[in-house]
Amino acid sequence: MDPRLVQLAYLLSAVLFILGLKGLTRPRTAVRGNLLGACGLLVAVVVTLVQTGLDYRLIVGGLVVGAVIGAVFAIRVQMTEMPQMVALFNGFGGAASTLVAGANLVQTETFSADMLVATALSGMIGAVTFSGSLIAWGKLKEFRKLDQIKIPAQQLVNGTLVLSCIALTVAMANGDGSTMTVVAYWGTSTLALILGVTLVVSIGGADMPVVIALLNSYSGLAAAATGFVLSNTVLIISGSLVGASGLILTRIMCVAMNRSLPNVLFGKMGASGSTLDADDVYADVKSTSADEVAMLLEVASRVVIVPGYGMAVAQAQHTVSDLRKLLVSKQIQVDFAIHPVAGRMPGHMNVLLAEADVPYEALREMDEINPTMEQVDVTIVLGANDVVNPLARTDPDSPIAGMPIIDVDKSRTIIVIKRSLSPGFAGIPNPLFAADNALMLFADGRKAIQDIINALNES
Amino acid sequence: MHFLLASEPVTRIVESSTEAAGGASVGPDTAMLLLTVFVLAVFIGIEVITKIPPTLHTPLMSGSNAISGIALVGAVIAAGSGDSMLPKVLGCVAVTLATINVVGGFMVTHRMLGMFRRKD
Repeated sequence: MDPRLVQLAYLLSAVLFILGLKGLTRPRTAVRGNLLGACGLLVAVVVTLVQTGLDYRLIVGGLVVGAVIGAVFAIRVQMTEMPQMVALFNGFGGAASTLVAGANLVQTETFSADMLVATALSGMIGAVTFSGSLIAWGKLKEFRKLDQIKIPAQQLVNGTLVLSCIALTVAMANGDGSTMTVVAYWGTSTLALILGVTLVVSIGGADMPVVIALLNSYSGLAAAATGFVLSNTVLIISGSLVGASGLILTRIMCVAMNRSLPNVLFGKMGASGSTLDADDVYADVKSTSADEVAMLLEVASRVVIVPGYGMAVAQAQHTVSDLRKLLVSKQIQVDFAIHPVAGRMPGHMNVLLAEADVPYEALREMDEINPTMEQVDVTIVLGANDVVNPLARTDPDSPIAGMPIIDVDKSRTIIVIKRSLSPGFAGIPNPLFAADNALMLFADGRKAIQDIINALNES
Repeated sequence: MHFLLASEPVTRIVESSTEAAGGASVGPDTAMLLLTVFVLAVFIGIEVITKIPPTLHTPLMSGSNAISGIALVGAVIAAGSGDSMLPKVLGCVAVTLATINVVGGFMVTHRMLGMFRRKD
């Protein structure tokens, strides 16, 4: 095949990726956008396959096995498990980049310093993405052992690993493609594997959306670096598109927590001087029952539900959707107020509620709903904590100071559904629970909502 | 243009950067051309993706994640060319991993977006 034709086909697939990503930014065009992206990938792979001189045995084997595994994952995954799956797939993409660059290093016969540096970068970024994503996956799967791992002198360890990787890259750039270069390559990649672990293992819980978005960005950058290794433009273009997309999401998540990226990655949450005693804060907590909540809802005209990670854990999205339908049938307006970092990945709550048939128009962004919170009769907080903690506004010493929150405390009555008064990820008490207009309903999220539905039906 | 050699099954960067710097090559340095493409593509990415509604953050993530499986192209070349076994096996593993990424990523994104669309 004429190399120019191949190049044109790669250009076509790059254009399809751009159009596809553009489509993914609007609900109306998103399905088509995703299909365009898939077409772009298909074009690139088919064109690569039809080139002469390829030995198809291993290729076909890998394609078939990978496609089957990927399809099974995609069909069987629960929507609550999306963060884990995206993390895992990110890792696979990163590992593929590392392996491709490594294979090319052995196969190629001529070397330039540029190409060797690109090879080292591809190996490093790919390996960090792979191990970091596996750790993120394990943390999202809640393997408790991972949370117990403490890296002593963590900054020092990370710094040493990064410097060693840079030193090996410089050594590679001056190499001649001999065995030493190959050894240096796998050395760099191994160090980067360890770095991925030490970077991610101490980050947890509510900071996960940032980590997932960042790893998403890395998997793109790894592919772009591999593009430099192979002088392949389609890899560079699509890799950098994904890299940019991940960076934008990372930034959105950081802004939504009023924290800088280094603070999320290296900082410690809850280490501030503010020491509010939970017993003092919770002295006036009032608890309530499902029947009482049902009575409040009966006379409400506007209800807002604030979901958090607890809703995903309790798998309560379908029950909540039923409650919404029931209230809407009683002429009550019901909206969902969604904080940008609610859940364990960007947009996590939206996907769960969409799965449960909640219409798109009922999912409201924080900035959109906050100015109207004073007109809300009843707010139900379901499995959210830090994102509704008024200390973010009032206490400048709090670890969440300045973080934008959903102003649920301004609504007339607040129902907080929670198993206990245990603190959220930030490890601080939440004065909202003891506010005059707040009532606690201590129960499992799904059961509590179901009880409210039953009480509404009986009355 | 060396730039266009990229598509040959076994990719070789023929010129070394020192030759290019010495003015031996005709066109611009390959690495510089590739860097230009990279930087421009980053800007396109930022331009295209700003102002995504939060509702679509997760599908955007899994969809763009599938696109990053484009490393599959490189994996196919590695698994299918050359004579020595080791790089071919590495390539084969890479093909498998990248295909999981691509097929799983696009399919699950499609599944998710179907949930959003159903209520239109």
